[in-house]
Amino acid sequence: MSVLPMALASAVGDGAVAPVTADFSQDVFWVWLVKAVGIIVFLLTSVLIAIWFERRVVGRMQLRPGPNVHGPLGLLQSLADAMKLLVKEDVTVKAADKFVYILAPMIAVLCSLLVYAVIPFGPEVSIFGVVTPLQLTDFSVAVLYILACAAVGVYGIVLGGWSSNSTYPLLGGVRSTAQVISYELAMGLSLVSVFIMAGSMSTSQIVDSQTQIWWFLPLLPAFVIYVISMVGETNRLPFDLPEAEGELVGGYTTEYSSMKFAWFFLAEYINMLNVSAVATTLFFGGWRAPWPLSAINDGMFNTGWWPFLWFVAKVWLFMFLFVWIRGSVLRFRYDQFMKIGWKVLIPAALAWVVCVTFVQAARRLWDVDLRTLLFVLAGLVLVGLVISFLVPDKRREPTPRPTGPQEIDPFADGYPVPPLPGQVLPPSPRAQRRLAATDTGDTSGPETPLEVRGG
Amino acid sequence: MSPLLTVLPAAAGALTESGQTSTAEAVLFWTLGPLMVLAALGLLFARKAVHAALAVIFIMISLAFMYVAQGAEFLGVVQVVVYTGAVMMLFLFVLMLVGVDRSDSLVETIRGQRWLGALAGLGLAVVLAGVVGRATYGPPTGLADANLPSNPQAVAYLIFGQHVLAMEVVGALLVTAALGALVLTHRGRLTPKVGQRELAERRLRTGGHPVSLPAPGVYARHNAMDVPALGPDGTPLESSVPRVLRVRGQEADARAYAARIDRVLAGGWAVGAGTFTSDESYRGGPDGPVEGAVTIREPQAPAEDATPEEDGR
Repeated sequence: MSVLPMALASAVGDGAVAPVTADFSQDVFWVWLVKAVGIIVFLLTSVLIAIWFERRVVGRMQLRPGPNVHGPLGLLQSLADAMKLLVKEDVTVKAADKFVYILAPMIAVLCSLLVYAVIPFGPEVSIFGVVTPLQLTDFSVAVLYILACAAVGVYGIVLGGWSSNSTYPLLGGVRSTAQVISYELAMGLSLVSVFIMAGSMSTSQIVDSQTQIWWFLPLLPAFVIYVISMVGETNRLPFDLPEAEGELVGGYTTEYSSMKFAWFFLAEYINMLNVSAVATTLFFGGWRAPWPLSAINDGMFNTGWWPFLWFVAKVWLFMFLFVWIRGSVLRFRYDQFMKIGWKVLIPAALAWVVCVTFVQAARRLWDVDLRTLLFVLAGLVLVGLVISFLVPDKRREPTPRPTGPQEIDPFADGYPVPPLPGQVLPPSPRAQRRLAATDTGDTSGPETPLEVRGG
Repeated sequence: MSPLLTVLPAAAGALTESGQTSTAEAVLFWTLGPLMVLAALGLLFARKAVHAALAVIFIMISLAFMYVAQGAEFLGVVQVVVYTGAVMMLFLFVLMLVGVDRSDSLVETIRGQRWLGALAGLGLAVVLAGVVGRATYGPPTGLADANLPSNPQAVAYLIFGQHVLAMEVVGALLVTAALGALVLTHRGRLTPKVGQRELAERRLRTGGHPVSLPAPGVYARHNAMDVPALGPDGTPLESSVPRVLRVRGQEADARAYAARIDRVLAGGWAVGAGTFTSDESYRGGPDGPVEGAVTIREPQAPAEDATPEEDGR
């Protein structure tokens, strides 16, 4: 217990002294068991709800009800789907490499289940009389451990794609390899700035370092990079290239059926929960109550079992973000996707890490309070913005706008183009003939072609 | 009990006072050790390159377990992130691109290579056995001190303090190697790059089809691949039937179907020429359905069912 005040003193990251804040010294065997089983149950039920949630929310975004027949509000739909997958015929492709073919979904699920072991659900609580942190375990490199689990989990996808011995799955597997290697770099680099500020890689200590301010605010660029790369890491739209239906049938899952397919499916949704939990823990204050609530009654909502609620709420906030992105963004083309990863995200993350290092070094050297420093930096940014507004724009020569409808040549480049707003087509050959016929003093006057308006 | 020692039970109990490994670590070692040896043998004897890669991955992850059990958490986790997650993944990537099914040819290209290899291996084994057999280990001490204040920080002090020059040199070497690879594999373009846009423009200039080809079989009852679609003017579109079927001569006659549609629209029966069904019991006569056939249209005067075949466009 002596660690807690010490860690609180160094809350905003003047270099942590103890490797881990959470105190697991009271834990006994059955407490570990209860926590581990609790995590598995939490993940599996969350996946069932996540599938229902995703279909309902996407349905609302597309102006349709979504699943609403089975159970109240259609809640039992995903349960029915899971049962259906369980009793389907389990097809094993004849030309498949059987050992690897069966191993691949196991790797995917196992690695996705490992991540929540180091995620703090809350502070110390009492479980049947034992005071213990609401977290299975924690150690000094917990966040790196999460990255390692994610990295190994990709082997499930890659090996599944290879062992199916089929073209589309192989392409999906190769795509996923390239995708994960490029987006893991950006993801790791965006997490480094949190490590620097928190002075630790242990999850409990990172949560502890966010008592004053949640890191997503001062580290906004890193947060944005993390959110983009977490979507890429979980193979979700708009980055679901390893399983793009329009291009690869089902990608690496093409040759999988029944339970083995269900395991890949499960792993994908658990991975969504994983990256959401990491985003919550590292950037959104972990289990800490949001600001107005955290001030009530001397921090009552930050003690006991309350934080579990805030944690779950924040995780589902990110899950909603996933669904929202899926409902509104189209799939990227593969070269665009790679360009974003290597030419935008990684350089931006690198530059940001260097900036954060300088700021942290300044804090260490001159002993500045974090809040003062942030205000000074924000002021600098604001002044720069105001100055940028004061600098007059380069006056551009105003191109004279054509007045009246412009007649265009619809076959200018060899194929027909429709007129843009403000343009008209020349009269059709028939109209031209009619005009020529009625040229000599007709009372109705020449027909004016219809101008395209609007747009 | 200080939290440092409670973090990782295995790490904390790595060594007892007398320098013996704890039971937990011994169990871990004697479980993983033989498995790792088996995996290493698998690397040697696997026929498929991907299986060999799998064996290496297994060894790497088991090694990471060993590192963590011995109190080197940072090293263990970084081993998985860097070597298993990135290096082996790239290796698999290359294996998949080069050709996944090819197993290595076992023909000896250098004469006597096997015998030389076996001899060298034997020599190495003898040397190793001699060294390991004669080595004595004193009681190891100082793990807790070495890991102060925490394992990653202690590693950081070593890397960026004691060995900073070596680290920088290695970093420069790696960057140079990466740049060298880029320069060596780079080549200037002889012709301008033809992208999606240029291809589309070229296709349209040469009179190609601006959008995707029409889909075959857009009739209400005949959506089979071999039935050509009808254009707006009623002509069957040859291009809508897949090229393979056209080459094989398996294309259906669109005229028959067009005739049938005309007949149905005129109030006739959906049977006769152009009916495409394998259900023998349903097939009615040309003037109407057989007894008991399900129809949705009231029978009309047979006079309207006139000369459908000639009417086909």
